[in-house]
Amino acid sequence: MFRALVRARAAEERLEYLFRQGHIGGGLYRSLGQEGASVGAAFALRRRDDGRGDVIAHTIRDTGALFLFGGTPGEYFRQYLARATSPTQGKEANVHWTDFQRGFVGPVSPLGTMVGVMSGITLSFKIREEPRVGMVFYGDGASSTGAWHEGVNFAGAQGCPMIVVVTSNGYAFSTPTRKQTRAASFSLRATGYGIAGETVDGNDVLAVYEAARRSVDRAREGKGVTLLELRTYRRKGHAQHDPQEYVPPEEIEAWEARDPIHLFRESLLKRGWAQEGELTGLEESAATEMREEAERAVLDPFPPGEEALEGVYTDLPTPPHWTRPPTPTPGAHGPWILRDREVDHG
Amino acid sequence: MADPPRQDTSVVPPRPDHLRKTERGEVVTFLEAISEALWEEMVRDEAVFLMGEDIGVFGGAFKVTKSFQEAFGPNRVIDTPISEVGFTGAAAGAAHMGLRPVVEIQFMDFIAPAVDVITNYLATSLYRGSGPMPVVIRGPVGGGNRGGPFHSQNVEMLFFHTPGLKIVYPSNPYDAKGLLKAAIRDDNPVIFQEHKGLYRAPAIREVLPPGDFTVPIGEARVLQEGVDVTLVTYGMMVHRSMEAARILEGETGVEVEVLDLRTLLPLDEEAIVRSVKKTGKLLVVHEDTRTGGIAGEISMRVNERAFEWLDGPILRVTSVDSPVPYSGTLEDYFLPQVQDIVAAARYLAEY
Repeated sequence: MFRALVRARAAEERLEYLFRQGHIGGGLYRSLGQEGASVGAAFALRRRDDGRGDVIAHTIRDTGALFLFGGTPGEYFRQYLARATSPTQGKEANVHWTDFQRGFVGPVSPLGTMVGVMSGITLSFKIREEPRVGMVFYGDGASSTGAWHEGVNFAGAQGCPMIVVVTSNGYAFSTPTRKQTRAASFSLRATGYGIAGETVDGNDVLAVYEAARRSVDRAREGKGVTLLELRTYRRKGHAQHDPQEYVPPEEIEAWEARDPIHLFRESLLKRGWAQEGELTGLEESAATEMREEAERAVLDPFPPGEEALEGVYTDLPTPPHWTRPPTPTPGAHGPWILRDREVDHG
Repeated sequence: MADPPRQDTSVVPPRPDHLRKTERGEVVTFLEAISEALWEEMVRDEAVFLMGEDIGVFGGAFKVTKSFQEAFGPNRVIDTPISEVGFTGAAAGAAHMGLRPVVEIQFMDFIAPAVDVITNYLATSLYRGSGPMPVVIRGPVGGGNRGGPFHSQNVEMLFFHTPGLKIVYPSNPYDAKGLLKAAIRDDNPVIFQEHKGLYRAPAIREVLPPGDFTVPIGEARVLQEGVDVTLVTYGMMVHRSMEAARILEGETGVEVEVLDLRTLLPLDEEAIVRSVKKTGKLLVVHEDTRTGGIAGEISMRVNERAFEWLDGPILRVTSVDSPVPYSGTLEDYFLPQVQDIVAAARYLAEY
């Protein structure tokens, strides 16, 4: 579990490094300070690689859960780097990728949708009487969407074996949780849907794990949906471009003192479950792993432009630009006719 | 992908009497053809299941799925909450796991809240690497039934602009059955529009072939050959267009070639272009409103492919750009009538 925590953090730190070097075209999202919620919750599930285990729907801030479910740093970096060798071959960004063998389904950016999708995934478990459960991760912001409510209500009415994890991390982009809802707690909503609900300290990894374990057991026993609220804090901005000017600095400092990895480390040492050297070793090997994986990933090529035409339908072609030659010049951008002119002037 | 579902296929539920008409060689309505298609696909493939509002015990607002829940059980014929976003999303999740959901939208007007999940999630799933999306979203559309603004709309253009979707809009029982079967077997998400004015229309009842058949998605059909004007249409307007063509031929001898698109996305561009090259004139007729209607796209395709063959302007007859009104006098004014089509086709023929 400690290894999962430090791998997530090390991967994101390496990502920031790549970003500063200008390798990442799109947004960069950190989960600094909330890794404990993601890892603790996903740890309670059955993780397999044969398409028969439990399934998660992760968010942009679930690097921890994604790696636990077998997503590799190599895939992760290539996704951010938009390489041809990434799981989506450059067609989708960051953690937006899927593998049903390993049991994770990638998100889409309109928030709330994945609750409905996971309700259908878990509905299929129920229809086929498979002993599998699904866990869908969400933030406090997404919990305000209509899709979120419809998904939770649908799954509740159907008795789907599903856990809805609300990672309440203080802010949705710049909007504080108190502006998302008047309710004092997200798990209070459970009563309204007739499902189970629980709130735990998201920075206490073991408490998260234990609560998730209870939810998973309930789901597997056919007792339906649980709404699990994990209270934590997003210590970085929404994305790399967000300087967090809307956050009082002392708030971040207060939460830094309650860093989930730091707390877990202290707890492990105090209980005598691990030695200092072991933990430091795990941190160092995670940093090395991420550096090496990132260095390999940046060497990979980008997809050729005309690959944009592939995979829209299973059985229909997408017509190319009629103004372009069938095979564009590799690496060149813009209409071919302009490129020709540039060559003429060149 | 996960394994296909394993269920006991030896138990085939007895077919209810109202779904035995084709078996007995009797005529079926448009609605019965759709019910037969759903029934036969559920028997053929255990992965097929139905979701929607009031489709189980009640049998659906139009009784398309009458007796289905009794036969297939509540796990394969699921009564959902009023929750188009929720159950359309759930269909996507079930499809991820290897099931083949057929979702009923009680009236297609109510699909609007689910446009997000359909366009952003279902339509992009394959492209995003999240796998194929064998989901059919079907339901009644169309006006003429005094349904007012929210029980009468045509929704094709909400989806026509979205790559990854297919849109089907049949005009007769044979096509409805064959296209619905093809849609259920398709690995891409299909929006399937059923004009409620056709559901029980006695005039279009027909005897269907007894065995299994499909109609390929993406192929238009020439209903009537002609040399003077090409008339491209679909759905309910097929019948008004055919009537207009008969009137024109009787009055003036003008021969109209009528093309029933049957599928709107992908558009059968070849069939349209072939016919326009033959007649040199094109009239598009659709029940959907005018601005941003499919006639615009068809006109552009012909402009790209057959400009040199045109002997007149491309024209259209559509509903007017207003919400669908309730009162009969208003709605009849709103909708394209046979005389509108006659007038437009005659103008083109004489051009």
